[in-house]
Amino acid sequence: MSSTPLIQMQDVHKYYGAYHALRGITAEIAEGEFFSLLGPSGCGKTTLLRAIAGFEEISSGAILLNGADMAGVPPNRRPTNMVFQSYAIFPHLSVEQNVGFGLRRSSMSVGEKTQAIGEALEMVGLGHLGGRAAHALSGGQRQRVALARALILKPKVLLLDEPLSALDRKMREDMQVELMKLQREVGITFVLVTHDQEEALVMSDRIAVMFEGEIAQLADPEVLYRRPATKRVADFIGVMNFLPATASGRSVEAAGLGVADLAADQMPAGPVAGACTVGLRPETLSILHDGEASMAREASAEIEEVVYYGDMTYYDVRLDGMDTTMRISMRNMVGRDVLDVGARTRVGWDPRAMVVFPD
Amino acid sequence: MKRSPLALFAGLYLIFLYAPIILLPLFAFNDGTIIAFPLRGFTLGWFADLANTPALHEATLNSLIIACSVAVLATCLGLFAARAVTRYKFPLKGGILGFIMLPLVLPEVIVAISLLVVLMQLGINASIFTIILGHTLLCMPFAIAILQGSFAGLDVSLEEAAVDLGETRAGAFRLVILPIVTPGIIASLLICFIISLDEFIIAFFLSGNEPTLPVYLWGQLRFPARLPVVMALGTILVTLSIVLLIVADIFRRRGLRRTGQSETGGFL
Amino acid sequence: MISPPLIYALLLLAVPLLTIILFSFWTQNFLTIDRTFTVANYAEALTDPLYRELMLRSLRIAGLVTAATVILAFPIAYFISFHVKPEKKALWLFLITIPFWTSYLIRIFLWRVILAYDGPVNGTLLELGIIDEPLSWILYNANAVVITLAHAFAPFAILPIFVSLEKIDRSLLEAARDLGEATTMTFIRVTLPLAMPGVLAAVLIVFIPTVGDYVTPRLVGGSGGTMIANMIYVQIFDLSNRPMGATLAVLAMLTVTITLAWFILHIRFWVHLSDRVGGGMLGLVLAVVAAVIDIAIVRWVFLHGPDWFGPAGSLGVLAAIMGGGAVLIALFVPKGRWGI
Repeated sequence: MSSTPLIQMQDVHKYYGAYHALRGITAEIAEGEFFSLLGPSGCGKTTLLRAIAGFEEISSGAILLNGADMAGVPPNRRPTNMVFQSYAIFPHLSVEQNVGFGLRRSSMSVGEKTQAIGEALEMVGLGHLGGRAAHALSGGQRQRVALARALILKPKVLLLDEPLSALDRKMREDMQVELMKLQREVGITFVLVTHDQEEALVMSDRIAVMFEGEIAQLADPEVLYRRPATKRVADFIGVMNFLPATASGRSVEAAGLGVADLAADQMPAGPVAGACTVGLRPETLSILHDGEASMAREASAEIEEVVYYGDMTYYDVRLDGMDTTMRISMRNMVGRDVLDVGARTRVGWDPRAMVVFPD
Repeated sequence: MKRSPLALFAGLYLIFLYAPIILLPLFAFNDGTIIAFPLRGFTLGWFADLANTPALHEATLNSLIIACSVAVLATCLGLFAARAVTRYKFPLKGGILGFIMLPLVLPEVIVAISLLVVLMQLGINASIFTIILGHTLLCMPFAIAILQGSFAGLDVSLEEAAVDLGETRAGAFRLVILPIVTPGIIASLLICFIISLDEFIIAFFLSGNEPTLPVYLWGQLRFPARLPVVMALGTILVTLSIVLLIVADIFRRRGLRRTGQSETGGFL
Repeated sequence: MISPPLIYALLLLAVPLLTIILFSFWTQNFLTIDRTFTVANYAEALTDPLYRELMLRSLRIAGLVTAATVILAFPIAYFISFHVKPEKKALWLFLITIPFWTSYLIRIFLWRVILAYDGPVNGTLLELGIIDEPLSWILYNANAVVITLAHAFAPFAILPIFVSLEKIDRSLLEAARDLGEATTMTFIRVTLPLAMPGVLAAVLIVFIPTVGDYVTPRLVGGSGGTMIANMIYVQIFDLSNRPMGATLAVLAMLTVTITLAWFILHIRFWVHLSDRVGGGMLGLVLAVVAAVIDIAIVRWVFLHGPDWFGPAGSLGVLAAIMGGGAVLIALFVPKGRWGI
């Protein structure tokens, strides 16, 4: 990584009339990073991406690319290229013509261009489809053409606007892996916009979670998942059990869970005092089947709901002395029976998995 | 296709639709002055007569001037409307478009006499120019309908993608938008040309002493002796319309194919 | 972006339409226009039996043309939508629209040839021994106008019906069959109601322009087939009475609007009647009977009203019957399908 970040966003605001779409975005993206903007629809992630590309003028603040302020620089003069959500494949051109579209103004010879187009198509696995008409492509193929078309220009940054949302589940999972490989190969900075938390977790080096025009948390996937900064982030990314609790210094007490002393990073939003919420991911809790090793903390509980997923079983259990139920996910293994509704069992957990949120 | 009563009915209906067009050339090539059966024999005489009628040439020239002007004018106006409708949201959009499309359903006589009354009131003499004005009004809805189809396939992100890939706005227009809408523009030009060429009522009311082809034809219908010549002229007009129509449809389909849209049936 | 076409339409459509409305309240003294506001033109146009007869005939011919066109068009649209292979549909639609794009004048004139005393229709029928002498009721009267206009407006009826039939989700028909309906009843209970928006559009598109048709009555209508547009022409060009021509034009537009509004409102009533008896065949028959009675009442009042109530009084009675019916329907019959 070079010393100056490739993209710097400094207190970026964007207004549409009275609507405040971006509310002071400040973030840096390093060279070669796979960076994701994750959030529900309407959170401003696409606006931010389009502002980086140059399609949206920002109202205040600055966006710097390679240290240069991009204000007033039109999209065609920025070292960024975009993969559009609709892919925007030119319907009147062939696959080759689409991929070679941006080379028109380059100084390459015809032969060099043809070679570059061939290589770009090869890179996305479409080497055999160069002559095909654009409208005769499948969804996955269109996406690859859009990728090749943008990458052939060797941009500093590749911007991807929900590139996988139009594909079916199987194809999406394959493309996730392929995009990661591609990014590692070409070494170009990718900025991905997505509303799919799983997609962001799988592919990204770092993720900015956005709500209502603001970045709620910017972290790498593991931190984001294990130590979400707010209840909202925790809820948006995966599943989390929320339990009412009281905190005093590092010590937290929740009904049914007892008292636990936590580390500083378990309070991502800073020290909390008084009423608060404790979060526990379902997989950090365990149903302790007979004869299984004990855990740091244990309590007896009753099973209220069982949902069988094949590889996993989800239990809703109520710990003795607790008002609400907690979700627990257990991997199904040989010798581990699926319990029935109403069964009594022991539940184990580790306080190190807890996260505390202020109320 | 199934041999059902419905298919039989469809066949008969097509005969009903095409009866006049099939009869037209029969009489145009018939060696007899009376427009009735039985046919007398083959002649090209009536077509030869067309060449010797100076009034007809004048009317033809008028019609061509009008049809070409109308095609260009109506298509330009249609381009504005189609781009506005497919690209922007604005208040009263439905109402404004409905108003512009109104000449499609209004009886032509109403359009013609109201235009005539205004022109007379303003002291403007009926001429080729006034017919152009009237025909443009009439053709605009058709131009809009056809061009809307072309613009509907024009995703905003296509233009953005071109700019993103290094083109200027002008380059994006020339390399992306124009190629996609050109077939629609050609189809619109041809259709407006056909409508204007065949239109009678407005031309009849607004022509003054500069008749168009249909107005000239109308005048000739009164003279039984001229009817075979009228048939010959009609044959040429109908053939021209059908040829232009087929060309227009080929372009329209090409436009749809380019943008990957599916076929939704013919014009209208 | 919308402004150039809008300004054009405003200048060349809205301004002229407003002008003729203005003219209709003026009068003509020989060659000068008297600009005093008066409703004399309207009084004359509404009470003179000649104008009334022309207006009624225009409506009747337009109604018959609309009925004939739509009834003939429906099976064709149905055939193309349900029986023609998808890849051939475009070709069929193209075939049906081609005649529409050829010279209107020539087509209508050829109907005069086809329907003539010694024309191919009579010739064929004589040849086949179906008739003994040429039919004379098919040319130079209202029948000829109906036949010719039904031909001219065919694509206008077929296309909207076709579009609404194409939109019908084919699984709805399978569902109806699955729920125990036979083919015919599936058609009456599912296909027909779903196709009604297209049928209504076809009715509007055919009815409005045919009321004001000029060429067809002149070429094939004879004296018994003259319509209101011909009278408008006579007033403006032959009698140089522009205000009267304008009045008749405004009245023609008004009459069309009122007639269609009446029709649409009454459809609500007819559909409601049909629903009350449970729809199906019985409902269909009941709706048609109600429609025929409704139209007969209005027609009778318009035709025979002057004998009973005097020329002006009959208009009042007509307005009372149509308006009263409209108010009753609007108040008591719930808004039904198709948003009407």
